[in-house]
Amino acid sequence: MNERYSRQILFDGIGVYGQQKLNVKHVCIIGAGALGTGNAEILTRAGVGHLTIVDRDYVETSNLQRQQLYTEQDAVWRIPKAVAAEKRLKAINPEVEVNAKIMDVTVEEIDSLVQDADLIIDATDNFDIRFLINDIAQKYKIPWIYGGCVSSYGLSFTILPDETPCLNCLLETIPLGGATCDTVGVIAPAVQMVVAYQSTEALKILVEDVEAVRRKLVSFDLWKNEQTSIDVSQLKKQHCPSCGESPTYPYLSYENQTKTAVLCGRNTVQIRPPQKVERDLTELVSQLKKQGGQVDQNPFLVSYHFENRRVVFFKDGRVLIHGMKDIVEAKKIYHQLLG
Amino acid sequence: MMVIHVNGEQRELSNEIQTVSDLLNQFELADKKIIVELNANIVDSSQHDETTVQDGDRVELVHFVGGG
Repeated sequence: MNERYSRQILFDGIGVYGQQKLNVKHVCIIGAGALGTGNAEILTRAGVGHLTIVDRDYVETSNLQRQQLYTEQDAVWRIPKAVAAEKRLKAINPEVEVNAKIMDVTVEEIDSLVQDADLIIDATDNFDIRFLINDIAQKYKIPWIYGGCVSSYGLSFTILPDETPCLNCLLETIPLGGATCDTVGVIAPAVQMVVAYQSTEALKILVEDVEAVRRKLVSFDLWKNEQTSIDVSQLKKQHCPSCGESPTYPYLSYENQTKTAVLCGRNTVQIRPPQKVERDLTELVSQLKKQGGQVDQNPFLVSYHFENRRVVFFKDGRVLIHGMKDIVEAKKIYHQLLG
Repeated sequence: MMVIHVNGEQRELSNEIQTVSDLLNQFELADKKIIVELNANIVDSSQHDETTVQDGDRVELVHFVGGG
């Protein structure tokens, strides 16, 4: 028996055959924040064959309270989360093929990202991307596991194409606003609870024990000592545009995508150029130095401090404007700096 | 006063709370995307204003959040 996995092989639900299945499966985790790092660590230790983990952001000090793969040094050096996560995961279990990508996932990227995945884990922080995941998962018939948490509250739901209702069935429209970790904070145990639900469902799906999959929408509040679950199967809609009889996958059409986003928990606006570009960071640094202010650079990004503002430029063209949630104001600064 | 079981916890609520919508207001969930189950049946969101709640009802409330 493989020593590394011996304790979960002894577990009835997995066993030798379950472990063999796990070892050849590919999981795509979208987001490497609190939920993403938690799920990634569990699945890496469990010996999933191939793990893709994607994130658009870099590590900051305020992440360290709950994002379990990152260290003080990652925050000091502003290491992209995908890079820091990959390094830690490979150190935990070199048997797992970890493939990390610094990427803002939109309709352009998601197709190639998930196509050969056996499972998608939602570890994102907004519903724009979740509706995109929901549509692509239906298109390629890939199971995915929704998770969300703020303050001491969290919830999860497992979506099996052709079996369960999808996110569009449950919500019908993308929720706007609402509490975020930006406004009400979040405690690490709430994150871990959602991670426990998501990663357990993941193991069931990966060892192909579909019978065992939780079919209910589950939620809890750890501070208020509440937990509940609801059977939502009756909400599956025959004419759902995402999972119904004649799906149109509305969120895979380019018009439904936002090019700017306020990042959860960061008081930050992200702006993405309409077309893909590869930004020449060296050129940018010399240009910014002429404008005054403080310029710092690492191999992945450039950070620029001026007039009490901080702006971060990524190689893939994206720009993060910190200290604001006003998209219009952020665009103004973007155009001031980049023309 | 009436007693309603909300997410497994007994809650004493004022008799002014008559509908599912009143209940959601009371728990500050009115502006949330939410699934409401009343005595093991899901109440469609279009019916929250009309569906009444009574003493002894069992209500499960799950609202969606975006953080992660």
